[in-house]
Amino acid sequence: MKINKTSLSSISSLSQKRIAAEKRFRLYGLIGISIGLLMLIILIGTILSKGLNAFQQTFITIEIELIEAKLDKKGNRDLADIKKVTTFGYTPLIKKSFEVLISKENLVTDLSSKNVSKILSKSAASELRNFVLKDLNLIGQTVSFEFLTNSWIDGYLKGRVTRETIKNSKNVSPEQLDLVDQLVELGIIKKKFNLGFLLGSDASDMRPEAAGFGVSMVGSFYMMLVVLILSLPIGVAASIYLEEFAPRNWITDVIEVNISNLAAVPSIVFGILGLAVFINFMHLPQSAPFVGGMVLTLMTLPTIIISTRASLKSVPPSIRDAALGVGASRMQTVFHHVLPLAAPGILTGTIIGLAQALGETAPLLLIGMIGYIATNMPTGIIEGLASPNSAMPAQIYEWAKRSDPAFYERAWGGIIILLVFLITMNTVAVILRRRFERRW
Amino acid sequence: MAGTTLLLVGVVLVVVVVFTSSYRVSYLVTDNYKSLNSRIHYYGMFGLLCTGLPVLIIYLLWWLLIPFYFEASVVESLINSLEISPDENLSLLVGQIEIIRDTFLSADLSKKSEVLNQNGKINYEVVASLYDSVNQPFDPETRPLLFQVGYDLWLLEKNTNNTFHLVLFIMMAGVASVYIFKVNPRFKARYYVENIVLGILIAAAGIAIITTLGIVVSMLFETFKFFELHDWKDFFFGYTWAPNFHGDSEMSILPLLFGTLYISIFALFVAVPVGLFSAIYLAEYATSYTRSIVKPMLEVLAGIPTIVYGLFALITFGPFLRDFFGNGGAFGVNWMSDARSVATAGTVMGMMLIPFVSSLSDDIINAVPQSLRDGSYGLGATQSETIRLVILPAALPGIVGAILLAASRAIGETMIVVLGAGAIAKFSGNPLEAMTTITTRIVSQLTGDGDFNSPETLVAFALGLSLFLITLVLNVIALYVVRKYREQYD
Repeated sequence: MKINKTSLSSISSLSQKRIAAEKRFRLYGLIGISIGLLMLIILIGTILSKGLNAFQQTFITIEIELIEAKLDKKGNRDLADIKKVTTFGYTPLIKKSFEVLISKENLVTDLSSKNVSKILSKSAASELRNFVLKDLNLIGQTVSFEFLTNSWIDGYLKGRVTRETIKNSKNVSPEQLDLVDQLVELGIIKKKFNLGFLLGSDASDMRPEAAGFGVSMVGSFYMMLVVLILSLPIGVAASIYLEEFAPRNWITDVIEVNISNLAAVPSIVFGILGLAVFINFMHLPQSAPFVGGMVLTLMTLPTIIISTRASLKSVPPSIRDAALGVGASRMQTVFHHVLPLAAPGILTGTIIGLAQALGETAPLLLIGMIGYIATNMPTGIIEGLASPNSAMPAQIYEWAKRSDPAFYERAWGGIIILLVFLITMNTVAVILRRRFERRW
Repeated sequence: MAGTTLLLVGVVLVVVVVFTSSYRVSYLVTDNYKSLNSRIHYYGMFGLLCTGLPVLIIYLLWWLLIPFYFEASVVESLINSLEISPDENLSLLVGQIEIIRDTFLSADLSKKSEVLNQNGKINYEVVASLYDSVNQPFDPETRPLLFQVGYDLWLLEKNTNNTFHLVLFIMMAGVASVYIFKVNPRFKARYYVENIVLGILIAAAGIAIITTLGIVVSMLFETFKFFELHDWKDFFFGYTWAPNFHGDSEMSILPLLFGTLYISIFALFVAVPVGLFSAIYLAEYATSYTRSIVKPMLEVLAGIPTIVYGLFALITFGPFLRDFFGNGGAFGVNWMSDARSVATAGTVMGMMLIPFVSSLSDDIINAVPQSLRDGSYGLGATQSETIRLVILPAALPGIVGAILLAASRAIGETMIVVLGAGAIAKFSGNPLEAMTTITTRIVSQLTGDGDFNSPETLVAFALGLSLFLITLVLNVIALYVVRKYREQYD
């Protein structure tokens, strides 16, 4: 029998294999983590690279002569008469001012003034009209006015649209781009911070440049208000009962199993519930933020109950014993001693639950909170809660559906805003936990 | 306006009760608080609960139930009017009447008195001016009957609501005055307050049950309506999903279920290896410092809203895949025609699921007792052998539970598949083809302008119920497995 001689200083082949296997296994783990982190980086990189452009918008500043003969034929500044001039009455003024601009600045272009004025947003004439109707004294004067350019010109300045990509396009011509180049050099066309995106409302399919996120942000805000007001008290009350008072019997078992299951029910099922119960059965208004808030409350409650119970459980029994020992009732023990000590944990859980609800889309689609519903900011709390509105994620979905790169840019921009809210909420939650968490 | 006044009156009344009752008690106590049963503020709190709470409950019930009474009265007066033929769509008429009612509601008060002329008939000119004053388009073609019924409805609602508020107020004031005049220091205020609060706590816990019941009952109700209109055999055993609005739709869940499972399994094939190896590395190899940084970073993936993943799939990842596999792509094959496909949605969904698998598995691996590791090391096993042969088998049930939870999440996921998976229902093995899922179809059937009584819309409820049951079973098994496993080592 041959004895396989090994020495302590040399490594046997079996050991080598085992060491190699060990290294390989470790590598798999590292690869797993790297893939996970890489995906995170790709995702965040995509969001930032595609979305940041939405915060800038291309504007053109031109001087427009508000000719009295066209806008106010009678010359008596009567609002009713001036209102009769439709947006069609304003387009010639814009064309004319472009003609003036071209001759004044010696711009080279073969385009007719009609085609030149097409570099503006389709809403330019109505913008001008609203402006004039607000201040009738401007009629007869020459006013410097800032218009949105259309989304292709905007894309050209941002690099989304190039001369190659528009070869077969009917929307924008190379000649227009030549003119735009000259206007950019003169500083007449400029990219500026896009306040309209942060404050405005959604616009129709044809005007991506005018679409804003502000109104849906307000919609989301009101929904979160409803979720907070409903789910925090109900969730805390339910947790207190289950954790501190409930006898151990089959009914509480059923409730507990139920809650942990509800936390894992797909969100769209809550949407169906909302549609069937709140809208079809109770006839509550469609698309109203308070209905959306109620649906999201049902979805958030299990999350809040689970985290509240965990933080109630982490309060040591000695606190309760001491309180009961000096004569407090059970209710006083809970409300005077346990609850204040558990409050930071409860708040953290609530904020995380709210953040989850803020990013939820599917149930909102079913109760009609899709985009392009509200065109104006709600004026008061009642209107904010009851009048149809959209919400941030639903607005993003709406823009994603319109297959137009200009809307995609807005959708990514909306995502940046949404994520900023989520990051803020989660940071607050983490800080609360770090600051107030007590180890017993 | 009237609502705010009522609320204000109610709040003032409650505040008055709270202060007078506690004042009265402290006034009646003469023996230096010795005979006082509870602390003073409990007397006030009982006052608050006994006046405020019943009103709140009654108001809620009223608000929930009274619309049914109003609707019934409208239907009754429509039928009694003899102008309506039996085959007319009553719910459509009721909808019109409700719009008329709303117009009366929001219109200028002074004109309402002139709506009826001397012989009790509707005066159209006044109605038209009413419509004008609230910017509601007036349709002169509308049948006079509808205006009559709408006006009656408005009047009925106004009177009923006024009576209700009056009765409620009298009741509230009655309870309040009885309490204020009867309360004395011997009254066991704390005992009653605590019992009422306990009742409120129990009711809150019951909301979880009510929600589940609501889900099941509402969906069952609509599903039965669906099966009255559509053959259940086709739904469960058919082969095609082809809803149309001619009334001969074929709507079977099977192709949708196939797409759902295909995409979910694809996602799990991405998420499980990555998540599991990450979890093993984090739990067994990583230093606590690395762990404290990497784990939260991976969990960020779970916190990102699914709409973000959906958009990523539709705009970035789908076209990226098509650049490789599509017509004229880098691989020179034409396997992919649309950016939306099983692979698109599956991979992106896998990304989202990584933290679900890794976090839960990490916890479970950490819960394996150290003694098992020490025993294995003591026998000379390397770290990887210990993990493969000792820790993973011990943690397996828990890991299976984690994967099942991830699977249930994948099956119920909506936004990623709505944007990334496409809308074609078919049985096909090619992961580069577009396919549709249960959740996608629910969204598309319910977000259209469909009539809520057509089978094409109602099918969404049957799909939703199926989805609920599938995920429920998965969750119950997963939670059971995880819990069972935890007990094993506790």
